[in-house]
Amino acid sequence: MDESDAVVVAQVCAGDSDAFRVLVERHSRMVFRLAYRLTGNQQDAEDVVQETFLRAYRRLKRFESRASFGTWIHRIAANCAMDLLRQRPRSHVLAPLGAPETAGAADTPDEGAIGPDRWAESAEIRMKLGHALDELTPCERTAFMLRHFEGRSLQEIGQALGLRTSATKHSIFRAVQKMRRALEPLVTS
Amino acid sequence: MTGRQKAMSHPTGDDLVLYHYGEAGDAERIASHLATCGACRASYQQLQRTLTAVETLVVPEPDEGFESRMWQRVKRGLALRTRHGWLALFRPARLAFAGAVAVLVIAAFLAGRNWPRPATPTQAVARGGEPGGARVLLVAVVDHLERSQRALTELVNAEPAASMDISAEQGWVRDLVPANRLYRQTASEVGEMGLASLLDDLERVLVEIAHSPSTLSSDEFDSIRQRIESQGIIFKVRVLGSDVRERQQAAALGPARRGA
Repeated sequence: MDESDAVVVAQVCAGDSDAFRVLVERHSRMVFRLAYRLTGNQQDAEDVVQETFLRAYRRLKRFESRASFGTWIHRIAANCAMDLLRQRPRSHVLAPLGAPETAGAADTPDEGAIGPDRWAESAEIRMKLGHALDELTPCERTAFMLRHFEGRSLQEIGQALGLRTSATKHSIFRAVQKMRRALEPLVTS
Repeated sequence: MTGRQKAMSHPTGDDLVLYHYGEAGDAERIASHLATCGACRASYQQLQRTLTAVETLVVPEPDEGFESRMWQRVKRGLALRTRHGWLALFRPARLAFAGAVAVLVIAAFLAGRNWPRPATPTQAVARGGEPGGARVLLVAVVDHLERSQRALTELVNAEPAASMDISAEQGWVRDLVPANRLYRQTASEVGEMGLASLLDDLERVLVEIAHSPSTLSSDEFDSIRQRIESQGIIFKVRVLGSDVRERQQAAALGPARRGA
């Protein structure tokens, strides 16, 4: 565990709730990135960040200082995001990540820079990807994102989501199958 | 199967996914197979292209004031939860809570004597306000639904461990059971059948948790969690809580509108 995180956790547990600010400011960007990938929009991602730290605060005394605070908060964030995905209607997941209306124009490729054909292809891939993500269950989406973007091992994902390794694998397999169905026609050489 | 036969068998699509993510137990065998089998190599390259396309997902970088803004949100949330937190809800406030329940019972009793029972809740809302007994019930039950939602959410989101101690959560749930029973009965009596039905479902879950052993194995805990999640009880409680709050607000606005 990061020594400074350990010190801050001890301070908060000793009653200095303002010290929690250090942990929020140190880890909220990482939590946001995960939350955004899982929820697909900024507003929901920020809600997940807030809920993640509120849950973490309540459970701080259960946190074992041998572990990494970053890993621990990451796990809580994955669960918070999954709860949100379970609660909202599926149509909310449709927005393709990185599209102008969700992520800001600065995050989409510049048409002038890459050429209109490539831009159109990229936009189509993102649209298909958005639809493919909408087909994933919250569990499949979370497991896939944790593996693909966050580089978490199957064991870590299983621990985070309360799944056995075999169930974790199958969630990822199903997610990849759905991605392949949606994207292969576009990426076939 | 001999080593030679094993080296010649084609990996499945799932094997290739594991191989791609560095999770295949037999990575060397798959690698040597891909080096010699054109069909499998093409399949693997196609998988790689698909997963590369997923990289087009872009996460916007938060603005410069993001951390500070998030801290302000968390701080507000902490203040709110301190006021409505577990300790405040379940320990020092027990007397106040018991008082509120007593008020509810008396009010419901008086309401039953003085107000005609509505034909349906819909008709009552259509008239622009809640009948007296239902209105008192709604005021009291919102808090109960919020507490129940928090208790179940806390339990469902507990960190998995080989041995789970849920005695704290059980204590909260045990406090909720008698109140839930009272609200359910009152809801039936004042014709709030939707609410009564939800409270009935909620009561089953609460009773099950209250009667579980206080220390659970990981599998036992998973079983409880899956039962809670499969019934969607947390979501139902949250939706109904929002619905009740909206009705309260509509009822509060009703007299003002009529007076205008």
